[in-house]
Amino acid sequence: MKYCSDFTIVENKALNPTFFRLKLQSKDKLAPVKAGQFVEIQTIQPSSVLLRRPISIHDVDEESNSLYLLIQKVGKGSNELSNLEENQTVNLIYPCGNGFDIKGNDVLLVGGGVGIAPLLYLSKCFHKQGIKPTMLMGFRTKEQMIPLDEFESFCNVYISTQDGSFGQKGLVTENTVMNHVYDTVYTCGPSPMMQSIACFFEQKGIPCFVSLENKMACGIGACLCCAQNTHEGYKCTCTDGPVFDSKEIIW
Amino acid sequence: MRRIYKQMDRLKISIGNLNLKNPVMTASGTFGFGEEYTDFFDIQALGAIIVKGTTGNKREGNPSPRMCETPMGMINAVGLQNKGVDYFCNSIYNRIKDYDTNMIVNVSGSDIEEYVTVAEKINELEKIHAIELNISCPNVKKGGMGFGTDPNMAFEVVSNVRRVYSKHLIVKLTPNVTSIVDIAKAVEDAGADSLSMINTVLAMAIDAEKRKALLSTITAGLSGPAIKPIGLRCVYQTYKAVKIPIIGLGGITNATDAIEYILAGASAIQIGTQNFINPRIGLEVINGMNEYLERHKINHIWDIRGVI
Repeated sequence: MKYCSDFTIVENKALNPTFFRLKLQSKDKLAPVKAGQFVEIQTIQPSSVLLRRPISIHDVDEESNSLYLLIQKVGKGSNELSNLEENQTVNLIYPCGNGFDIKGNDVLLVGGGVGIAPLLYLSKCFHKQGIKPTMLMGFRTKEQMIPLDEFESFCNVYISTQDGSFGQKGLVTENTVMNHVYDTVYTCGPSPMMQSIACFFEQKGIPCFVSLENKMACGIGACLCCAQNTHEGYKCTCTDGPVFDSKEIIW
Repeated sequence: MRRIYKQMDRLKISIGNLNLKNPVMTASGTFGFGEEYTDFFDIQALGAIIVKGTTGNKREGNPSPRMCETPMGMINAVGLQNKGVDYFCNSIYNRIKDYDTNMIVNVSGSDIEEYVTVAEKINELEKIHAIELNISCPNVKKGGMGFGTDPNMAFEVVSNVRRVYSKHLIVKLTPNVTSIVDIAKAVEDAGADSLSMINTVLAMAIDAEKRKALLSTITAGLSGPAIKPIGLRCVYQTYKAVKIPIIGLGGITNATDAIEYILAGASAIQIGTQNFINPRIGLEVINGMNEYLERHKINHIWDIRGVI
């Protein structure tokens, strides 16, 4: 069941020059949300953009019926969202997509850039089951990083930066934590990064789940715009995904 | 003596032999098979639901990217992805046939034989009372020229379908022509029961930084508020030239837009892109049209049809 509901902005916090985090509260009881699911957010009207924006759910606070979204300012839509102020109302269609299945005891989560967003709630879900995942994050540079304390309370965090300004220098695929034999790997980030990670773990026979981001119009499986090519033909990223077993994907 | 309509009957209409609770339909390709929207409102409130384009055989559709947003519009290159008419008849039909509204199938093809085959098969489905023929497709046997861009080709495809399809035949016209009136007249002569217009406007978008087209097919169909003025113009011109009813669409985002189409000459309207933005828009437009009639003390929606 999906809902189309109004949420109030209770917090809009800049985490670095381009990343910001929204806390949105519902008057009604929050619908059950699975890690890896997303919302289709419509900013306050009138807006300079037409379509809703699909944004993955960063964290959930059931007690206060709140969702957290971690967003990077990229274009017009995300810039408008970054200007939202406390007490303003936005409309969400949620929860969209399939989400991650919690599998394995020794798991690796790999996030690139804003792709770390859905991995916080995922690590929290593992933590609830008494599992502390290994979390590998890749950023271009230290300036792109966000505070890590929340992630650190649920997982062991490792960082790669391309310029070596923090953590290990290089791409996430070059980080030494990649060499451990995990039960399951989950990744979200730029497509080339996910492809490299999927390829790396597929060769080792380790299941890898990727969270994709294709351009969407509806987010509910009606428009067929977000088609992802798979070994079973085109699938909707919004309803068949965004999480896919990496072996399904034709990159 | 003029009939005084009860409030709930003010929007009730009949287009040929097709009876509708109200003139609000959802456009093909924007409302799935209706099922995608049942979480948001009772879709049976709609006058009709036009389901996704159906072809003779399964079509994979176009590669990604299939969509990009442009100022007050979006361009799509979905490419008629569907599982084919047999899958529709054997599987989807059974899921959707009992909705208490008109379920209309949008029919596409790449040659006349394909259109005819699909129409014949849909004709057998008891609870489908109408098809909408999408003649904006390229005719592969005539060098890919669109059926809907040439009056003779439009006449030929529609008259062939007319011979095998006994129920209500809507023909959806493309605006990508010099004179939509010439096409409309040809389609009327070929035996169409009604027209729907407009399909998407051929367009393109470019990423200057990457120096690349934003869609896999480079050119594709523009929809959304950006095309409403074009849709209104097409309906207005055609209303003056044909006798069959027109279903207006293109950029309708609220009841006021819908009323504008009726004023331009449309007997009914379809909502397309706005379904993606507001999944309850169909219901809101129905309520808004009722409110408009009440506020202006108009007896029936058709009392203002084509008054411009």
